[in-house]
Amino acid sequence: MTAGQITAIQPVQEAPDQAGVAPFGPKPRRISAGRIGIYAFLVVAALFFLIPVYIMIVTSLKGMPEIRLGHLFNLPGEPTFQPWADAWRHACTGRDCNGLSPGFYNSVKITLPSVFISIICASINGYALTFWPYKGANLLFGLLVFGAFVPYQVVIYPLIIGLSSVGLFASLPGIIIVHTIFGMPILTLLFRNFYAAIPVELFKAARVDGAGFWRIFFHIMLPMSVPITVVAVILQVTGIWNDFLFGVVFAGRANWPMTVQLNNIVNTTTGVREYNVNMAATILTAAVPLLIYFISGRWFVRGIAAGAVKG
Amino acid sequence: MAQNGTSVSIQDLSLSFGVVTVLQTLNLDVAEGEFIVLLGPSGCGKSTLLNCIAGLLDVSEGRIFIKGKNVTWEEPKDRGIGMVFQSYALYPQMTVEKNLSFGLRVAGTAKDEIAKRIARAAEILQIEPLLQRKPAALSGGQRQRVAIGRALVRDVDVFLFDEPLSNLDAKLRAELRVEIKLLHRKLQNTMIYVTHDQIEAMTLADRIAVMKGGIIQQLDAPQTIYNRPVNRFVAGFLGSPAMNFIDGQLENVDGGWRFVADALKIPLGTYDFAGLPTPGPAVFGIRPEHVSLNSGAGWPFSTAANVEVVEPMGSDTLVWLKLAQQNFSVRVTSERTPENDEAVTVGFDPMRASLFDSATGNRI
Repeated sequence: MTAGQITAIQPVQEAPDQAGVAPFGPKPRRISAGRIGIYAFLVVAALFFLIPVYIMIVTSLKGMPEIRLGHLFNLPGEPTFQPWADAWRHACTGRDCNGLSPGFYNSVKITLPSVFISIICASINGYALTFWPYKGANLLFGLLVFGAFVPYQVVIYPLIIGLSSVGLFASLPGIIIVHTIFGMPILTLLFRNFYAAIPVELFKAARVDGAGFWRIFFHIMLPMSVPITVVAVILQVTGIWNDFLFGVVFAGRANWPMTVQLNNIVNTTTGVREYNVNMAATILTAAVPLLIYFISGRWFVRGIAAGAVKG
Repeated sequence: MAQNGTSVSIQDLSLSFGVVTVLQTLNLDVAEGEFIVLLGPSGCGKSTLLNCIAGLLDVSEGRIFIKGKNVTWEEPKDRGIGMVFQSYALYPQMTVEKNLSFGLRVAGTAKDEIAKRIARAAEILQIEPLLQRKPAALSGGQRQRVAIGRALVRDVDVFLFDEPLSNLDAKLRAELRVEIKLLHRKLQNTMIYVTHDQIEAMTLADRIAVMKGGIIQQLDAPQTIYNRPVNRFVAGFLGSPAMNFIDGQLENVDGGWRFVADALKIPLGTYDFAGLPTPGPAVFGIRPEHVSLNSGAGWPFSTAANVEVVEPMGSDTLVWLKLAQQNFSVRVTSERTPENDEAVTVGFDPMRASLFDSATGNRI
């Protein structure tokens, strides 16, 4: 075997390849039919999924008369941003005609505290489960992970009863608590796996240095947790922003998030159906998670990969 | 060596995880300023013992004293110990300076005192130019120096080393080994050092504790352990190339003892028995460097053999042959290397040998 390879390298006995050149140096890259097929498929698939986005954008820039002509794919003849402004300020949900903007601010008010509280709780959970194992720690962790598989619909009614008995149903703190609870299983899993990959000797060294539970957490573990925290922020922001069910049930009319507001705008049946305004409103609502993905895609992939390889 | 009292004293220490017993009623007294090496194969409990001394593991039974104070229930920081880990365990987000000062800042030491101690430690370890760097920008050897510095600045009584050199390459390991030895000479602190590397153990230790199965097999000066191992495990674990073992019988003929395996009859007139011997199955052990090849008839015992394989190792050569149908190696200088299949004479003095009971493995 080895001897055969050695002789093959000698130029005298070797057969020239297709191009008539003796192999030397880097192997020349060739484009094979398979490659072309793969790229062609990818391009077609990407275009296919981009069609709805294209129609949304184009429609949102047209006036109603133009839409009524029914040329779905045509570029807007007279582009106008009026539908966007209407969607933000004047679109009607029932009798209120304030547009999406109150929903946007509600969503911000719900998302920011929920993301912050759930991540702080989950990172402390993961840290304690990894480095300060106590009796029943594994059982608790098992229960938490099990929680990730419980369908939301099952717990909604008990949660309503529970929250209303403490006077938090249909309030901002109520919806924040709900989001924090439902983020806990997956986030704890994420942080625990991240901390489990950190050498335990680091923790031991800090203990020998005299640091306690909180000091080790805040001075050593938290500064190292930037990658996984970014992943958690992305997961939570997109998850909570996109949530409809909890928002409509637990937030209360005054705090309805943007998704609920959007639904109400689109489903308002009195008068003319303003497709352009609906499209603009939908894009506005989806803009925040979309932006997050664009900005942090690199971090997201990195964090998920780190978790997957080492977790 | 300054031996004015006991620094660390471990009394009847046991540790079990569930049904697995890691340490069994272990006793160990370490003198003030002594360098003790805990040596053993992986899983022998040596690192566990060190973690118990550091207070990172709760013991199941027994007591630990450091400087005469019972620290069995104390927190690690209150034990007067500093620890150096195999993976360095430097805080990755802090500069070297912050790494060194972390323990002092936790303890609330005054700023100028911290600066003074860091300056001293950095000078001793020659890491002054590295103080503002992050650990990621350091080489393995530099990292381990910083890790030692972290124990140094805290002015501890006892240094604990958990395989500190195992992550380094061979050359760096040899360099840092010498530096640790120099550091011990300079500081005169008590040091407890865990390793599975017998060369580190032999070179560094005042005394070596050879461990197996959570029990200290032998605790002695390196030379004693090397020359007079108390059992077959210790004999086989120390020494490279390993000691030769021949299975056979211990016999008493006309008041004189001899070891018999097949046609091989080794008179034991010069052997220093550990106790009163009894006839029966035994193992005869002798180190390859205590055997001589083709060096005349001056030896108390000599026999003829054929060379099977020759292993040149640079400075010397290991010659493999068969005695009593069992593999046997002889270490010779490179200039006197025999050929394969050459007929040679093997000679040695049973005084250098070790005899072990076949059943118990204990020294006879």
